[in-house]
Amino acid sequence: MCLAVPARVVELNGDSAIVDLDGIRKETSTLLLDEVAIGDYVLIHVGYALERIDPLEAAKTLKLFDELKAMDAEA
Amino acid sequence: MKYVDEFRDGDTARALARVIRAEINPERNYRLMEFCGGHTHAIFRFGIVDLMPDNIRFIHGPGCPVCVLPAGRIEAAIRLVEEEDVILCTYADLMRVPAGKKDSLQKAKARGGDIRMIYSPTDALSLARENPQREVVFFAIGFETTTPPTAAAIKIAEAEEISNFSVFCNHVETPPAMMHILTAGDAKIDGILGPSHVSTIIGSNAYADCCDKYRVPLVIAGFEPLDVIQSVLMLVRQINAGVARVENQYTRAVSETGNEKAKVLMHEVFEQRPQFEWRGLGVLPNSAVQIRSEFADFDAEKRFGMKEIATADIKGCICPAVLRGMNNPDECKLFGTACTPEDPKGACMVSSEGACAAYYSYGRYRSAEATA
Amino acid sequence: MSKLDIKSGLVEMGHGSGGRASATLIEKLFVRHFDNELLDQGNDQALFNVPAGRMVISTDGHVITPLFFPGGDIGSLSVHGTINDVAMSGATPLYLSASFILEEGFPLAELDRIVISMAKASRDAGVPVVTGDTKVVERGKGDGVFITTTGIGIVPDGINISGDLAEPGDSIIVSGSIGDHGIAILSSREGLQFSTAIESDSAALHTLVAGMVAAVPAIHCLRDPTRGGLATTLNELARQSNVGMRIQETSIPVKAEVKGACELLGLDPLYIANEGKLVCIVPSKDADQLLAVMQKHPLGQNAAIIGNVCKDAHQMVVMETAFGGNRVVDWLAGEQLPRIC
Repeated sequence: MCLAVPARVVELNGDSAIVDLDGIRKETSTLLLDEVAIGDYVLIHVGYALERIDPLEAAKTLKLFDELKAMDAEA
Repeated sequence: MKYVDEFRDGDTARALARVIRAEINPERNYRLMEFCGGHTHAIFRFGIVDLMPDNIRFIHGPGCPVCVLPAGRIEAAIRLVEEEDVILCTYADLMRVPAGKKDSLQKAKARGGDIRMIYSPTDALSLARENPQREVVFFAIGFETTTPPTAAAIKIAEAEEISNFSVFCNHVETPPAMMHILTAGDAKIDGILGPSHVSTIIGSNAYADCCDKYRVPLVIAGFEPLDVIQSVLMLVRQINAGVARVENQYTRAVSETGNEKAKVLMHEVFEQRPQFEWRGLGVLPNSAVQIRSEFADFDAEKRFGMKEIATADIKGCICPAVLRGMNNPDECKLFGTACTPEDPKGACMVSSEGACAAYYSYGRYRSAEATA
Repeated sequence: MSKLDIKSGLVEMGHGSGGRASATLIEKLFVRHFDNELLDQGNDQALFNVPAGRMVISTDGHVITPLFFPGGDIGSLSVHGTINDVAMSGATPLYLSASFILEEGFPLAELDRIVISMAKASRDAGVPVVTGDTKVVERGKGDGVFITTTGIGIVPDGINISGDLAEPGDSIIVSGSIGDHGIAILSSREGLQFSTAIESDSAALHTLVAGMVAAVPAIHCLRDPTRGGLATTLNELARQSNVGMRIQETSIPVKAEVKGACELLGLDPLYIANEGKLVCIVPSKDADQLLAVMQKHPLGQNAAIIGNVCKDAHQMVVMETAFGGNRVVDWLAGEQLPRIC
């Protein structure tokens, strides 16, 4: 249901932030998050940042894909 | 797009699909319900169905807040516009949903109703500030992803003493709906693909009951196609092993407890409704929220004395059965003839993530290919 | 002649009544900027010789809001749009007419800006506006200004381009990136408020078309994918020609920012309007040559072959996704609206 896209925080203004998605910039509320830093990637939904994307976990997931691809290649 | 493109890689998708093919048991079917309408949309948009072996069958669940909103609630909103002359702010998703008597928000707008499409609850707040002599009502829908933003808007309205703003609350809850589908049992579901963004808010622990009580494995799946395919593999593995656990594939955004700040905000502003009608599922207890009495000023239902409007579904429309995963869209007598995306009779056809709309585009091709 | 206060004046009912105020507006604003021999004659019609051949006529009403957007305005759009409709038959556009419906109270400064822009677009394209009309409606009964342009052109001998001529095996070419115009418009609409460097691709395509038909007279179809986007145009052509189409997602040029805006709003670039692009259906043996010709033209640099026409009684347009899965690219049902779900 919930269309949410990852975008990068480029500016912070109190309770809101400007995020960038491949050159598109939009103002987003950060009221639902405690700490947001410039450079963080956040999920944007109806004008709010819902959660930060954890780069370490993202890397782990991508690594899992690579392992599965290797499994497939061996077969 | 970072965190998007790398999760849409075609070569990886095909490799993962081959791994799934190698691990499935050809002697059985795997009926997997993708609960979330966004997943339904992704499955068709990226052509994931084509990559899966034939004995994996996706059952489209009711996780589409547009699809499950009863026509009576839309009629109530239309009545508010026409009788109280409010500015009604709505997400665009609702504009074409059929209300009763061949009506819709779009048609009401054509008749002169002041209905404005917005992208965020903050837009509704802006409209309230800019139009102090008018009442502004925000038509709030959505599962737990969308509820915290509404809560935040109400808190802002309270802090700024915006006296002409209220919310018509139709927020619903995911675990109760899931429990209901599993209780009903007709759909015979072997595994569940859990919603991505609802889970970022409520956390993976929220699904423990579903798994434990009904012994159905659940994998919280990310939003991108590779996430979905990997989650299918994880479900297949659990099903083959005969286990039923909550697993989290979307670890980059979902934790066990979810977003605490958002949850606290939700609980501060909302409380559970004793019951709520779900289009297609009937009246479910403890499945939706209402605005707490401390915020009664911002509750449109109280402010305008809005009454329940019962609406019968259109004769022949089997959205209820489709939403519960019991029938395919093409088993509906109205499908493709009286009911098309241009002229939808039920919500499953209006919303682009509704099973019928997805089936209409995609399914027609498959059956056309079959006859070609 | 009375004075015209372009700087701070407003359109008044008198400007549409045919009297002195009308004449002043026409002379000091419209004729002044459009300024060509035929228009300067000052008649209610333009008289000219017609070259021998088959003539094409096309008309388009323009009601766009906002009136000014990144990369253009309602004026330049109305010139480009009609030139393109004429050119899609393979014709060389000759002349344009322009009719204005003005709302009482519309600032003359904005009208001036629009007409200057139209005049420039017309001059740059070499297609003059030779006749026109102005009417004024009461305040509240118009959206500032509505513009209707009509254009005529001549189709060279030996050229037969029509939407019903696509044949199985033909190649499908698009002249450049899709979705730019629609996203530029959305970014400047109230409420959606995102900022982007994307500009409308509004442009006159007739010189690109002239080069194309000269190099490959055997072109079967040309159409510009405006409202409803590429998907709608392909479905229209498939229906007119009673064929199917198979396209590849990875071949379709889409700018990164357009993709980003679509992700943000839940839109599909295939359905978003373009105002400076064309779709061409051509026998496959000529496709590579045509592509090379297009890519040499400034408006065709990103031209790409995106698929081919096939036999299909269901007239379906099917896209192979980046995954190798298939997806039907259906007709647009209603308006495409941003979604949250």
